[in-house]
Amino acid sequence: MSRAFTPKVVTANALIEGDVVYLTATGEWTRRHDQARLFTEQQAAEAALSAASLQVADVVGVYLADATEGATGPQPDHFRERFRATGPSNYAHGKQVDL
Amino acid sequence: MYHYTDFDEAFVRSRVAQFRAQVERRIDGALTEDEFKPLRLMNGLYLQLHAYMLRVAIPYGTVSSAQMRQLAWIAETYDKGYGHFTTRQNIQFNWPALRDVPDILEALADVQMHAIQTSGNCIRNVTADHFAGAAADELADPRPVAELLRQWSTDHPEFQFLPRKFKIAVTGAAADRAVIRSHDIGLQIVEQDGEQGFKVIVGGGLGRTPMIGKVIREFLPRADLLPYCEAIVHTYNRLGRRDNKYKARVKITVHEHGIEAIRADVEKAFRRIRPEFSGVDQEMLAGIEAQFATPSLRSGATTAYDTAYQGDPVFRAWADTNLTAHKDADHAIVTISLKAHGATPGDATADQMRLMADLAEAHSHGELRISHEQNVILPHVHKADLPTLHAALSGAGLGTANVGLASDIIACPGMDYCALATARSIPVAQEIATRIDELKIEHEVGALKIKISGCINACGHHHVGHIGILGLDRAGVENYQITLGGDHTETAAIGTRMGPGFAADDVVPAIERLILAYLDLRDSADETFLETFRRLGDAPFKAALYPETRARHAA
Repeated sequence: MSRAFTPKVVTANALIEGDVVYLTATGEWTRRHDQARLFTEQQAAEAALSAASLQVADVVGVYLADATEGATGPQPDHFRERFRATGPSNYAHGKQVDL
Repeated sequence: MYHYTDFDEAFVRSRVAQFRAQVERRIDGALTEDEFKPLRLMNGLYLQLHAYMLRVAIPYGTVSSAQMRQLAWIAETYDKGYGHFTTRQNIQFNWPALRDVPDILEALADVQMHAIQTSGNCIRNVTADHFAGAAADELADPRPVAELLRQWSTDHPEFQFLPRKFKIAVTGAAADRAVIRSHDIGLQIVEQDGEQGFKVIVGGGLGRTPMIGKVIREFLPRADLLPYCEAIVHTYNRLGRRDNKYKARVKITVHEHGIEAIRADVEKAFRRIRPEFSGVDQEMLAGIEAQFATPSLRSGATTAYDTAYQGDPVFRAWADTNLTAHKDADHAIVTISLKAHGATPGDATADQMRLMADLAEAHSHGELRISHEQNVILPHVHKADLPTLHAALSGAGLGTANVGLASDIIACPGMDYCALATARSIPVAQEIATRIDELKIEHEVGALKIKISGCINACGHHHVGHIGILGLDRAGVENYQITLGGDHTETAAIGTRMGPGFAADDVVPAIERLILAYLDLRDSADETFLETFRRLGDAPFKAALYPETRARHAA
């Protein structure tokens, strides 16, 4: 039996800077996790993943990551995605200060 | 120190030019990521969690003042003002942008540095004892041989697509400070009947299947080094598994075939290869050796040192932990701790790098070393200069007196930076060091190696830590397993896992319990943590780690 689909965002790294990026509802890339489009259906998520994977001039390493709808938009589920969405914990570098 | 020949210079410059063109083709879309990835990895460029990471080779950990200043400049110009020194004596920049990387490589080439073969399935940067050429207990400086190996292995046509990466470490002393038993090939310079040669160890490694290397040759004549290493790598290239990434390292090849079978194959290949080496390599080695001659050490009174040692307890504490015996009695080897309590192990700011470069110029013949323990070494300091040096270091957050102690922790970048990590390691190291400093016990505890890896690949050498910590992802939560009894030296041993892992909040108290238990258990202040563990075994330490289990048994 296949596992039930859990909501996901499409994420990747930007080609030039390496920044973590997320696919928005308008098909653009954002640095902010809470501005990502949250896919609640498997078919739509996989179609978006395939399409995003073709954008080789903009992004690298596209994949689907679990997320949950929050008060301000989608929030990451796993701690790895939380770190990707904020930055390292030893310095105030990355998204936690840049966004 | 080694200076590039015209050939080296031209080679490195041509690689920079090649990579510049490859980056341009990637950015304009001519190359896909699948095509570009192996090319960038060959030049030390990874894509990590938040950004690209550039790993720059520091061959055998030796770096000049001019090179260190350039690393500082790169950190300031292209990164966020700091660099991270690694457990393979390299430096990593955590935030370069792709389009700047060719310029960074050009700036490195300007000071005879590069990032070639710091990644990929090839022979990686050759590492060596960080006290090489200075240590009192050394038979010979291992760096000329390491440089010869670097030249032989760079762009070696047979070894560009090995089953997996291949790492070589060399030491010239019996006391192993280069972890040679955890390398694919470990070399120790030894003497037999008045002749120098090598003890050759093969098949060591950490990672998911830790193995202590096995001796394949007790004594290899000096002139046979390159053909014998070529025979080993050739045999591995032929027999090493390519069907399973996790079984592809030479440690598995040696384990599966047995050391006797591997030895027979290597010796056979060696007999075939040996005549191809006409002796040109030995002529080159002689030329390289001349460049590693000990600098002319000055003589003079060491009164300033004696006075400070007697009168200044802060200086004395630092001298007791951070100095190592130099082969010249009036000199000392200084280890600069990059482990200020609460700081990120192995990180140095651009200002700190420049200060260390200046101090090396003033007091250590313009030479510095990077240790696999993520500290910086000034190898040749006259003792009279030590009080001045200590004062300058202390003013810049570099005077911590903790080398070899509990807060001198090795930690990989972990999930704060690394795309492979399963948990963070830096915050665990920071918190342990901070707690140890609060308790003010590390000088009483004495020699203790804590090593932390943020995944099973073991860049933080946790298997060979007296206390090893391995960060894992357990059902979406960071979890830390503890191993005890590891040893990275000539008495190498893989640590034993103690039991269930600890949540992030519980790991620091667990380490504290272990250290306090050791203080109760040791038979005298002279018995180290490792000796106590070896004498008593797991049981009392398990009881300290898992007091609730003990309480349950008692009930």
